[in-house]
Amino acid sequence: MSDLVLETKDLVKYFPLTRGILFKTKYGDVKAVDGVNLNLRRGETLGVVGESGCGKSTLAKLLVGLEKPTSGSIVVRGQDTAKLSGEEMRLARRNIQLVMQDPYTSLNPRMTVGDIVSEPYQIHPDVAPKNQIRKRVHELLELVGLNPDHINRYPHQFSGGQRQRIGIARALALKPEIILCDEPVSALDVSIQAQVVNLLEELQDELGLSYIFIAHDLSVVRHIADRVAVMYLGKVVELGKDTEIYDHPTHPYTQALLSAVPVPDPTLRGHRDQIVLQGDVPSPANPPSGCRFRTRCWKAQEICATQEPALEPRDKSPHPSACHFAEERDVIHATQ
Amino acid sequence: MSEPLSTMSVDNPAAPAAPVGPGEPSKDQSASLWSDARRELLRNPIFVISSVYILIMMSFAFVPKLWTRVDPQDCQLNYGSGEPMFTPGHWLGTSQRGCDYWSHTVYGANPSLQIALYATVGIVAIGLPLGVLAGFYGGWVDALISRLIDIVFALPFLLGALVILGMLRKYSIWTITLVLVVLGWTTVARIMRGSVIAAKNLDYVQAAKALGAKNSRLMFRHILPNAIAPVFVIATIALGGFVAAEATLTFLGVGLQEPAVSWGLMISRHDDFIETWPHLTLIPVTVLVGTVLSFILIGDALRDALDPKLR
Amino acid sequence: MAPTTEVQARFGPSIPGTDPSAPLLAVEELRVEFRTRAGIAKAINGVSFEVNSGETLAILGESGCGKSVTAQAIMGILDTPPGFITGGQIKYRGVDVLKRSKEERRQIRANKIAMVFQDALSSLNPVFTVGFQLAELFRKHRGMTRSDGKKRAIELLDLVNIPAARQRVNDFPHQFSGGMRQRVMIAMSLALDPELLIADEPTTALDVTVQAQIMNLLADLQRERNMGLILITHDMGVVADVADRINVMYAGRIVEKAPVFDIYAKPSHPYTKALLESIPRVDLKGQQLNVIKGLPPNLTQIPVGCSFSPRCRYAQDVCKADPPPPLYPVQPGISSACHFWKEVRGDE
Repeated sequence: MSDLVLETKDLVKYFPLTRGILFKTKYGDVKAVDGVNLNLRRGETLGVVGESGCGKSTLAKLLVGLEKPTSGSIVVRGQDTAKLSGEEMRLARRNIQLVMQDPYTSLNPRMTVGDIVSEPYQIHPDVAPKNQIRKRVHELLELVGLNPDHINRYPHQFSGGQRQRIGIARALALKPEIILCDEPVSALDVSIQAQVVNLLEELQDELGLSYIFIAHDLSVVRHIADRVAVMYLGKVVELGKDTEIYDHPTHPYTQALLSAVPVPDPTLRGHRDQIVLQGDVPSPANPPSGCRFRTRCWKAQEICATQEPALEPRDKSPHPSACHFAEERDVIHATQ
Repeated sequence: MSEPLSTMSVDNPAAPAAPVGPGEPSKDQSASLWSDARRELLRNPIFVISSVYILIMMSFAFVPKLWTRVDPQDCQLNYGSGEPMFTPGHWLGTSQRGCDYWSHTVYGANPSLQIALYATVGIVAIGLPLGVLAGFYGGWVDALISRLIDIVFALPFLLGALVILGMLRKYSIWTITLVLVVLGWTTVARIMRGSVIAAKNLDYVQAAKALGAKNSRLMFRHILPNAIAPVFVIATIALGGFVAAEATLTFLGVGLQEPAVSWGLMISRHDDFIETWPHLTLIPVTVLVGTVLSFILIGDALRDALDPKLR
Repeated sequence: MAPTTEVQARFGPSIPGTDPSAPLLAVEELRVEFRTRAGIAKAINGVSFEVNSGETLAILGESGCGKSVTAQAIMGILDTPPGFITGGQIKYRGVDVLKRSKEERRQIRANKIAMVFQDALSSLNPVFTVGFQLAELFRKHRGMTRSDGKKRAIELLDLVNIPAARQRVNDFPHQFSGGMRQRVMIAMSLALDPELLIADEPTTALDVTVQAQIMNLLADLQRERNMGLILITHDMGVVADVADRINVMYAGRIVEKAPVFDIYAKPSHPYTKALLESIPRVDLKGQQLNVIKGLPPNLTQIPVGCSFSPRCRYAQDVCKADPPPPLYPVQPGISSACHFWKEVRGDE
């Protein structure tokens, strides 16, 4: 049942900061992803949430192979992708596919829908025999709720929601086990978001897919995710089942984040526990010592500056939480 | 050009222009950006007029017999009294040397347009691959090519041309073309480099990369088709620029030499007589300016039609 | 100094013909169209609403519904061409702004109404310090000296809770973070003590914790200054937190007007109802998300009758014929542009 399809071990990505034009000298690193351990089981959806600059987009790029990790490993079905040769890597990528955020820029405007959805078969010719491709594309378009007769149309002839469906069809072509959704609905209108979210859920049930769902919208993540990882400045600060994270958060950052999410219910106005964070997120090039959240945390004490809290279950937190003083606080429901 | 296009802002009510419903039958097979551009161009009167003008000039250059039966070298020496003559059969009269001026005007298109075409092919052939390499691979390849571009770009065009042609001491279509290519390829390379850099970071290129596409596919399927439009524009405008450059070099005495027939030569021969017989200068100047202007206008129209951001 | 000039020094010249008892802003039967190559896009088709001092009106809708165009028309920053106001009135304290001279229009819009945009970075001039840009406002509109203007600029940055305002006043816009930039933008909009503030998606580009800060700031400022606030947004959550009344827009028309508590408890228009059912909530698990089928209409070809009818589960033949449903009064303060509002509400 709970077989692992993907695992990251101490995944690290630093982007060097350099000076000079001809002779480049390095003077620092942007620590975009700094020691991330995650795992994903078959048929499961793992949500990754955090604010801009927390490293979730870099994590996505690492997972689909658009960036190479500085250190650490990504294990897909027991195979460490970091150890693969270029050609093996290309094959391994089949198994993990990407749905991008912006349906307007993620489709080549000079290719027809048919070209776009069949491109995976052109790149991996061994997946489907040539005479089968057209039939497969038809099936894929039907699967995502598009009219297969529109195969010769160009992306600009479709609306945003329909384009996102084309992107999903492309991601499904190689029958991957894992689909990485990088903010798949944030560029869509409210009334269209539900269409795409529901489609993703149906496809998961039908095809037994595993999703990694990266988003800044905590409400959408709650809806779709089974487990959630909260990221702050390149690190996972809290990890747990959706009810653990949303209803029983123990890390102060998670609590602050959740308390800021507006709930479409005016009767909760003034009845929720509001935490207003001070200041801005520190630069990932120069993160604070110890706990990275301590500069904005109301619980911070000396130990937070000297000792980095590990992501592990604690006395008052049954699920892993990277805080020395982890303690539950309900911030999304009304308090009396 | 002043007509407002529907821009793609977030809250613009005109966009997306016409999302098709799932049930409608497909009505138009060719809605690719290229065919859209073609339709747009054919609706643009400036483009059509300029193109017709250029086609006429091309026929001047390559099938002159269509326009005149008189050989430009066949000059009636007895007319050569030092004055242009207007006699039957010479509707633009003759030059000072008694040569038919209309025939000179027709045949004079040939070297200008030949040089312009060869030079343009040349700058694209050199500039495009170098620009693509620099933009796609970046790093030291880019550094090397970019510095080379900077160096060539820093040479003053006219001075460079004068020096090189002076060194070569051979003033033919080919040497002039060579000089124009050597000094002119940088524009194409720069444009292409920028265009490739912009295209290679686009989402759909990243998407193809994530699918495992190889560099050749990324290049020819995704980056080039979306990055090449500005090169068409630059090349078209360059055609006009080279027509003008040929005339300039010829006028300065380092271009074509008599007995060749060219617009540049016609201007340089007769500019002393601009007060007495202005038509001898004005006729070649007019066709020359018309040609240069037409190429530039076609380039502008292409730019408008090919830019997918405007639709 | 005479009191009138003191008032003028702070609030700018008074506008002749205004009636202090009239609503702060009343928009009546506003119509805007965009004349483009693709045809005439009817962006706003008869929109009426009013805002009073101290009140927050939310205009809620998806992209292309005309909510931002409404704001642009009020502010006089509509791109003309292609946009044209083809009918209606925009009244400030009873004075139809559209009928006044260019100069008076400018006076009203500069001194009485201010706007906060979504993208603060592109709304601020990158080559001047924020202090200079603020001081310029005071110099131009209030005749202050540079140094007085700068003093006021620091006060304003303080007011919007920018730490170390005295130093930051000399910074350029790009030196501020996204949230801080939006604060600068708000400071700038408050500079001339407007009576009405229009905020067009003020937090859409921001992270959620920063969004909360900015919305709190806006709400506090509005309360302190008794301003009218028009909040233009697509976010049902943000609206629930701050609005007093809500106008829901669809395809250039207002389809429902109601106080905030009523609309969430019992929507009267199928579109509002469907929207509420289609958004996930952070405090609920296992929701069934209801899908609104189809797409918003192309504004060059708005359907006859009710423009929502092709996507509506209540639609019947009467909805698909002209005239479109008027805003039926449902209860005092609530109206709905739906022939079947009773069914939608589940009344009866």
